[in-house]
Amino acid sequence: MTALIIILSIALLVIVILQISKLTELYSRIRGEEEVELRSNRNQGRALLLFMIGFLILVVVYTYWMKNYLLGYGPHKSASAHGGTLDGLFNVTLFFTGIVFVVTHIALFYLAYRYKKVKGSKATHWSHNNTLEIVWSAIPAVVMTYLVIKGLLAWNTVMADIKPDDSVLEIEATGYQFAWHLRYPGADGVLGARDYKKVTADNPLGQDWTDPKNFDDFHPDELWLPVNKKVRVRIIARDVLHSFFLPHFRVKMDAVPGLPTYFVFTPTKTTEEYREELSKYPEYNVHKDPNDPTSPLLWEDFNYELACAELCGKSHYSMRRIVRIVSEDEYNAWLSKQQSYYQNSIRNKDSDPNKGKLLGFEIKQNRDALNFSFDKAMVDTGIPPAAGAPDLKTIRLDFVQFEPGGSVLTSDSKYQLADLSEIMKKYPTMRIELGGHTDSTGDPVVNKNLSQQRADVVKAYLITLGVNTSRLTAVGYGQTKPIDTNDTDAGRQKNRRTELRIIAQ
Amino acid sequence: MSESQHDETDVLIREQGYDDHFHDHPHGDKYQSNFITHYIFSQDHKIIARQFLITGIFWAIVGASMSIIFRLQLGFPDDSVAWLKPLLGKWITVNDAGIGSLNPDFYYALVTMHGTIIVFFVLTAGLSGTFANLLIPFQVGARDMASPFLNMLSYWFFFLASVVMFISLFLNTGPFSGGWTAYPPLSALPEASSGSGAGMTMWLVSLTLFVVSVLLGGINYVTTVLNLRTKGMSLWRMPLTVWALLVTAILGILSFPVLVSGFFLLMFDRGMGTSFYLSEIFVNGHALENVGGSPILYQHLFWFLGHPEVYIIILPAMGLVSEVMSVHSRKPIFGYKAMVYSILAIGFLSFLVWAHHMFMSGVNPFISNFFVIFTLIIAVPSAVKVFNWISTLYKGNIRFTSAMLFAIGFVSMFISGGLTGVFLGNSALDIQLHDTYFIVAHFHIVMGIAAFFGMFAGVYHWFPRMYGRFMNETMGRIHFWITMVGAYAIFWPMHYMGMAGVPRRYYRFDTFDAFSHFHGLNQFITIAAIIVFGAQLLFVFNFFYSIWKGKKMTTQNPWGANTLEWTAPIQPIHGNWPGKLPTVHRWAYDYSKEGADKDFIQQHMPMTEKEKAEGEDHG
Repeated sequence: MTALIIILSIALLVIVILQISKLTELYSRIRGEEEVELRSNRNQGRALLLFMIGFLILVVVYTYWMKNYLLGYGPHKSASAHGGTLDGLFNVTLFFTGIVFVVTHIALFYLAYRYKKVKGSKATHWSHNNTLEIVWSAIPAVVMTYLVIKGLLAWNTVMADIKPDDSVLEIEATGYQFAWHLRYPGADGVLGARDYKKVTADNPLGQDWTDPKNFDDFHPDELWLPVNKKVRVRIIARDVLHSFFLPHFRVKMDAVPGLPTYFVFTPTKTTEEYREELSKYPEYNVHKDPNDPTSPLLWEDFNYELACAELCGKSHYSMRRIVRIVSEDEYNAWLSKQQSYYQNSIRNKDSDPNKGKLLGFEIKQNRDALNFSFDKAMVDTGIPPAAGAPDLKTIRLDFVQFEPGGSVLTSDSKYQLADLSEIMKKYPTMRIELGGHTDSTGDPVVNKNLSQQRADVVKAYLITLGVNTSRLTAVGYGQTKPIDTNDTDAGRQKNRRTELRIIAQ
Repeated sequence: MSESQHDETDVLIREQGYDDHFHDHPHGDKYQSNFITHYIFSQDHKIIARQFLITGIFWAIVGASMSIIFRLQLGFPDDSVAWLKPLLGKWITVNDAGIGSLNPDFYYALVTMHGTIIVFFVLTAGLSGTFANLLIPFQVGARDMASPFLNMLSYWFFFLASVVMFISLFLNTGPFSGGWTAYPPLSALPEASSGSGAGMTMWLVSLTLFVVSVLLGGINYVTTVLNLRTKGMSLWRMPLTVWALLVTAILGILSFPVLVSGFFLLMFDRGMGTSFYLSEIFVNGHALENVGGSPILYQHLFWFLGHPEVYIIILPAMGLVSEVMSVHSRKPIFGYKAMVYSILAIGFLSFLVWAHHMFMSGVNPFISNFFVIFTLIIAVPSAVKVFNWISTLYKGNIRFTSAMLFAIGFVSMFISGGLTGVFLGNSALDIQLHDTYFIVAHFHIVMGIAAFFGMFAGVYHWFPRMYGRFMNETMGRIHFWITMVGAYAIFWPMHYMGMAGVPRRYYRFDTFDAFSHFHGLNQFITIAAIIVFGAQLLFVFNFFYSIWKGKKMTTQNPWGANTLEWTAPIQPIHGNWPGKLPTVHRWAYDYSKEGADKDFIQQHMPMTEKEKAEGEDHG
């Protein structure tokens, strides 16, 4: 029904216009073409002049009305160090082009109005004027030269890559259909190597897990940056073109498959400071959901955003990440909470090429843990432990292990034993008992013998590291002291162990 | 040919210029009299011009309708478009509540097709195809194009391209949806987007056919202008339309082949496993073997055409506007020579600025320095043209016909759109403005609306020459005023959205807080677009109505213009002029000359003794 009405009214409109058009032709035939033409000519001339006045006024008024949303005005001043330069260049360009816009429009429409054909009017044959033409070629040439110089100075400063001795935080953003994946370098400050052929469901960036630089890299959901710290974003595309766009920071650069690009910038306003700024404007003091007075005000809810600015497929419009600019302290607090992607999601899974191998960072972790255990054990002297309290004097050597079924140390065991020998040097009067334990599988006597052999092997190895034999005792306990159930694999695994007990400090 | 015939021909050439009809009687239309050879496979430039124009109008309606559909999505993203389901079928998903929404894939297909269709089929074929065909032979005083047969092929290759593109709209996987620039890898990988499958294949085939059309036409236009000018029509006496169309044709010949080479490499990447544009891609769950290619290479090849293309679009419009302004101001175009040199300078510089589309695409920032310089240099000849148009009005005797109104509107649009180009041409500002609504506003105003205005000026002005009747002026003026006000209403506010950072090619804006401030504005733009679209339908109605019912042309030269097309008979004939070709004695702009009895002196009127003594009047 609505469709019918619309169609009918359109048809009616067409008929009306057609009839009016026919009528005017008829009218002009009756009144005399010349007179009608002159009259409509005058009307059109006036209409053009009116259009010009209305247009210019609207442009100025509307621009003023919109200014709080615009580049470099109101609250939307740039939040990066280089952004101010660009906003300034924008304003200079706006100044010159604004003058040209107004002057040429006034000239165009006023001259059209002024020299419209009226009764008896004639044109003047004026074909050229060399002086005038030279002048008005020179003026744009001079203005353009100025804008080019100003623009290129800004461009080459903004786009310059970092210098080798710059203190800079390098992070990485990878665009794919349809999200940005962020990667931070972790404690080593360096991003690990990657290869697109290594990309799998659990390795979204194709990181090379044989590269130790990858071990501490982490993948946060939000882009956090410390304020006033220079950042170099390495920009990568995994499938098609994307564009890394931070509108508040005047940052944009395409992500190109096979060709890493970069953008260097320094955020200068924290998210909090930006919110503060917005809170001064009434349009940001309305509720996010106008129907819900409990919803946050717009400025309270403000966040910097990362977008995609290069058409990349059907969900191009939804590649949003939140960006947070925070103080140095907040940033460090956030950093300490981030967990390495490798250690969290890959380590010792089937996809880990280092599976079963002890990695450098783990050796260090183990050393720290062992030292910590001894620190606690050695401090706690004299006072008998309360009932049920953990026995601090007994320390499990989790990383001392044997080839299955025998008493040959695995090669990785040497790290913890080396750490232990260092500890023995630190506490020269300490004496320890090395205890071998097995699970309950098999014959108890065989198990006891095996555990004795294993304890002896550990003792012998420590002696080769220079520990005096008198400080070491080796005891095989067999299956007599389980610390967990022997009914499950995990429990039995725990029960097969090497322990030490401090018998004298 | 015997010796004596040869001498005779030489004498004739000297006397009359090159002409294949060295005898007095007109051919009329006799030799191609049946319907098919006259109206369909015609080799007559006037018929071919009409074919280009009407095909262009068809495509303009299709392209504009698409923009209305995606504007509805942008203005009213949460309103139901279930009523479009009969037209768009599976691309409208209707949920349980009966709310129909536009499929994002198809939204991007509409955006892509809108761009492709308007840029290539309407503003290249429809604009320069129409007016180069109509005006070049007429205004240089030739019987027809140098090769009427190639000229016919040029239209039919365009027709084939149109058919292929049109069919692609109905593919099950949808038409191509990766943007009119068709950047790989998106355009190369069907895995990345459903429109990059069969839709992209047909897109490439269609545009390759289209380039064949442009080249056949272009070679013809250049040859005709350089070789078939009538006696006395020196280059410096050619109307600016012909200059503009000549440079346009040269730009097309030099740049379109580069685009095709880019397309071929893309076809190889798509079908033959090469890696010109592909490198290190993981898509749809697997890593591709391709390494070593560069997507940026495609961008270079594309924009090596793509930038001259915008001048291929705007130069003919400039030529038409110059002519229309001069005729209806009853004044010579101001600074004729400066206008010609500006056209040449713009044409030359248009080949040196292509990478300004690529400042943020990962090219070495150092390279951008050169492109910034050349880009902003092009502002100088453009500014000269604007000043000259404005000065043409000064002390004129202006008749505000629909054609003249559109010509004035063109200058306004060209100023507004050109000035925003000064922002975008500066790479430092492009960091923020690239791929935002600022650039959407810029190029729609400067090469979309402005080129359409030039085209409208041309159609209103030369309609009598094409059909022997006038278009209705009342409807023409209604069309002008709605379009003028409406076009600014649509595109002016987009500058502000762009300055706020709103990216182009977004399906909806509420996914980002930063881009969601402009809901009311988007609705306003959509409503304005619908009204302006209605006004264009009025134009189309006026066009077809006037072909059969328009006021008849009763005099040969209704506008009092100087150029040669208005010396030909009212009822067009094959060969354009009965008897000898007109001989040219003066430039095209002797309007309101002192001492003349009328306010115009046509080009074929001999110079008076006094004029000879003063020498030719040139800009």
